[in-house]
Amino acid sequence: MYQDIILEHYKAKHHSGLREPYQAQVAHVNPTCGDEVLLRVALDGDRVTDVSYEGVGCSISQASTSVMTDLVIGKTVAEALALHAEFTEMMHSMGSAEPDEDRLEDAVAFVGVAQFPARVKCALLGWSAFKDATAQALAATGAGEEQQ
Amino acid sequence: MPEPLRALKLTEPPVAPVTDGYDVERIREDFPILRRTVGRWPLVYLDSANTSQKPVQVVDALEDHYLQHNANVARAMHTLGGEATEAFEGARTKVADFIGAAGPQEIVFTKNATEALNLVAHSLGGRLSVGDEIVISVLEHHSNIVPWQLLAQRTGAVLRWFDITPDGRLDLEAAAAHHLINERTRIVSVAWVSNVLGTVNPITEIAAMAHRVGAHVVVDGSQGVPQLPTDVAALGADLMAFTGHKMLGPTGIGVLWGRYELLDTLPPFLAGGEMIEVVRLSGSTFAPPPRRFEAGTPPIAQAVGLGAAIDYLNGVGMENIAAHEQRITAYALSRLSGIDGVGIIGPKQAVDRGGAISFTLATADGLEVHPHDVMQLLDSHGIAVRGGHHCARPLHDRVGIGASSRASGYLYTTLAEIDALADGLTYVRDFFGGKR
Repeated sequence: MYQDIILEHYKAKHHSGLREPYQAQVAHVNPTCGDEVLLRVALDGDRVTDVSYEGVGCSISQASTSVMTDLVIGKTVAEALALHAEFTEMMHSMGSAEPDEDRLEDAVAFVGVAQFPARVKCALLGWSAFKDATAQALAATGAGEEQQ
Repeated sequence: MPEPLRALKLTEPPVAPVTDGYDVERIREDFPILRRTVGRWPLVYLDSANTSQKPVQVVDALEDHYLQHNANVARAMHTLGGEATEAFEGARTKVADFIGAAGPQEIVFTKNATEALNLVAHSLGGRLSVGDEIVISVLEHHSNIVPWQLLAQRTGAVLRWFDITPDGRLDLEAAAAHHLINERTRIVSVAWVSNVLGTVNPITEIAAMAHRVGAHVVVDGSQGVPQLPTDVAALGADLMAFTGHKMLGPTGIGVLWGRYELLDTLPPFLAGGEMIEVVRLSGSTFAPPPRRFEAGTPPIAQAVGLGAAIDYLNGVGMENIAAHEQRITAYALSRLSGIDGVGIIGPKQAVDRGGAISFTLATADGLEVHPHDVMQLLDSHGIAVRGGHHCARPLHDRVGIGASSRASGYLYTTLAEIDALADGLTYVRDFFGGKR
């Protein structure tokens, strides 16, 4: 399960660090192990312009968050949430999924992690935080538009 | 000093030679699971503080009970009912003898230590009111924290705790300086042995402090009773919780011991059948302890299995088991502290120390390898350890880390298994350190 891609993302942590501006910030934890991620999402209309984060945790959780930011930044919210759904489905496949590398790119490396049920939550931590923060960001910007 | 230690290992192991006739290989024959493999690797089971493995004698007792004597207890009047009741109550007597209780009437069967602690938090804790104080410690398992937090919320009582010293022992001096235990203290509840640090806490001393101010003393014996000869009278506590599955018994059976005079004053916790005296729709009266606290059909076969586990432990001898545990722990502390990058959390000498050893692992380039990754890679070599916060998040916060890895042996653990762990940790460190 420890593909080189995972270890490289673990050490490099693309897009890590908390940045301005952002519309929503969420803190997600994995209560069984204490993995944590504090994650911010910035939207411009329906496009994800930035995802920044600070996290502590295992190589799987940190690398997965790094891969996720590579994938979703620059995409529309709908595209990003579709990737979230695909990644989540792959992680719940018990390792039997044949993911589309053209779409999931480096994230396909996590299909091996899906064979270890105890670690699936680790791989989903950052993705779940992204989905949550995006929903909040949409609500915040939506509310802002209504006020205008 | 990794190199000198390694040389020392080859010529003169840093442990006392086995002079008490302890035959670990003979013991291992009773544990078939220890002969299995994980992938192509022999199983090295170092997660006994989580749950112990079971000898054939315990599994046979469960099977014999279910296949030959199964019936409900107390209320079934036929032959099988009598046999099941005798086996269940016999197990209660074995537990009482095992921990030095005054008698079986002081032994309440629960489903685990957590339920036993919740029972105490409800039945003893119901007396508390605003301004009363409950004292725990920062090294407790969540099961000895959360019930007290909820009790404090229900009653308006204040929850306070012992801190630890840098070497992982309860800081009694700071506690005295801050009047931690004072005239407002009503309940003091602490672990006998830490499930993370391995620290053996000075229960007798704490109990004396608590009793001087009229507080009741509760002990979480989950890690102590499996490892150490137990005499509740000598410990000086009023109540003690522990669990069967960490001492060779089945899951689903826990124990609350209490001084009978105290148990007799406590109201029920769970309510239902078997815990009553007379039930009328206008009101009910309750059975005396222990039945007052055992509503519904109890874990009968599990109690019988726990009785068989106690027979097994007595057969080996708790003094011998404690000595073996000490030997294994001293060796493991020595091997692990000789590995560059391993940081042991808690006492580094096998003095007043149980068998759980928690540690961090860093690579040569300074990367802290996450305990989940340590666990996963060791598992790929057949070595089972626990990675995470071991249900002791406040303790990890206190020492400034998110999680740790924990190795814990028991009466069946060998020095060779500790060597396998040490080799495995070197492999994990170098895997993440780029030396692949």
